[in-house]
Formats: sequence, structure tokens, C-alpha cells
Amino acid sequence: MKYVIQVNEGPYNHEASTSALNFVRAALDAGHEVFRVFFYHDGVNNGTRYTTPPQDDLNIVNTWSELASKHELDLVVCVAAAQRRGIVDEGEQSRNGKDGNNIAPGFRISGLGQLIEGCVQADRLMVFGD
Amino acid sequence: MSDVKNFLYLNRRAPYGTVYAWESLEVVLIGAAFEQDVSLAFVDDGVYQIMKGQDTSGLGIKNFSPTYSALGDYDVQKIYVEKESLDARGLTVEDLLDLKYEDEDDDWAEKDSIKVVSAEELAKLMDESDVVLSF
Repeated sequence: MKYVIQVNEGPYNHEASTSALNFVRAALDAGHEVFRVFFYHDGVNNGTRYTTPPQDDLNIVNTWSELASKHELDLVVCVAAAQRRGIVDEGEQSRNGKDGNNIAPGFRISGLGQLIEGCVQADRLMVFGD
Repeated sequence: MSDVKNFLYLNRRAPYGTVYAWESLEVVLIGAAFEQDVSLAFVDDGVYQIMKGQDTSGLGIKNFSPTYSALGDYDVQKIYVEKESLDARGLTVEDLLDLKYEDEDDDWAEKDSIKVVSAEELAKLMDESDVVLSF
């Protein structure tokens, strides 16, 4: 089965992102395809490399980055949601005149069309959030 | 992308207090460009999203309810509201925005977009949808 995943909550306030990670790992292990993971609402906060949890805490952002690198996952952060919440890549930095960027490795910023396209292309959408 | 799927946007939350309602509407508007078969459903506190006479002047937050009236222009013609959710809140369809679309198969006659359905009918609609985006 070809999945598209939507993550609607940030990494630490809510279990949604961890559940999505576990689901993606299990789906890949079972031989399914993950077409795209789309981060929306506060879910965009999963995509900042400045996240620095205590050492005995799971670094959820790094876990996404590592999983993306290992399985060539397409991790997409919604641009409109990211702009509201201060998630910035080099392109957004230059477009909006910011003094830096914070996008984590393996993530890219793009539009909501990426979510819709994922829904069209995939067999099933899985939404993680409240 | 020639295949058309049935998209159901399920709106469950009050319009203000959290950003879900507004960011859901943003997905609907962007998604309209993909020419899919789109339905919206409003359940639980989500029914407040399409109430008439919203005034956010005391909140300092944009009143985005006029945007729902533009949905007809985006070819969104099917808007379902769960009867049980209306009943539980003492609301009727008269309390909701008068949402219309123009039916191109009927000489562009203006028709009501909103249809009140039971929880059972809504469950069936969800079951029949290819994609359910839940907000």
C-alpha cells in the first residue's frame, strides 16, 4: 500500500508526531511505501533543527531526519503554516529577509498542494493529530 | 493526475480558539485547483464554523466566515452538517450561513449547498470517500 502521512501536532506537546514516526517505521518494515509525510498546523515544528531536548529524551526532529535519510522519505513542511510559526529554510530566509534559517536536514518547505497531490497519488491518507 | 477522487473535509472544531478551522479552509481553497470531487462536513463544535452573524471584533482575530460563502465559486457544492451536532447545540439550519452554488447542469440555477444529514448518513459518506481530511 502507498501511504501519505499528515502530522498536525508539534513534537513534544502531543504524541501525534511520535505515533506517526512509529507508524511510518512499521509501514516501511512491512514493505509498504510512504509517498510523503506532510507537516501541517503546529506539526511544522517537527522541522526545526534547533530542537534540543534533554539527552534522556527522544530527539524527535533528528529521528525524522535520520528516517528520511535512511529511506529517502519526502518530508514536507507547509509553507503557510511554517511562516506563521517561524520555520525557515534558505529560500524563505532570503524571501522574507530573515537573519537565519532553522530547517532540519531531510525536510523541505512547500505548499499545501503537496498534501493534496499526496492524497491523489497515495492509496491512503493517515492523519496524526487530535 | 487524471483520476478524480472523493475528498471529504471533516471539520470538527469551533472556528476560533484554535487555528484548525482556518487552516482547514486554506487546504480546501488550495485543493480546489486539483479538480477533485470535494465535500465538506461539519460535526461537533465544527457546526459553529458556518454560523451566521459571526463577530470577532472583541477577539482581535480575523473573521474568516465570509470565505465560506465563496466556496461555491471554488466548485465546492456539497456541504454536509450533522443533525445531531446541531440539535445538541440548540441550532437549526436557519442559524447557518446561506451557502449557495450555481448548478451548471441546470442553467446555472442557484442552489443550496448545505444539506443536513444524520450521523448515520455522515458515517456512510465517510465510508464512501476516498480521502478524509480531518481537522
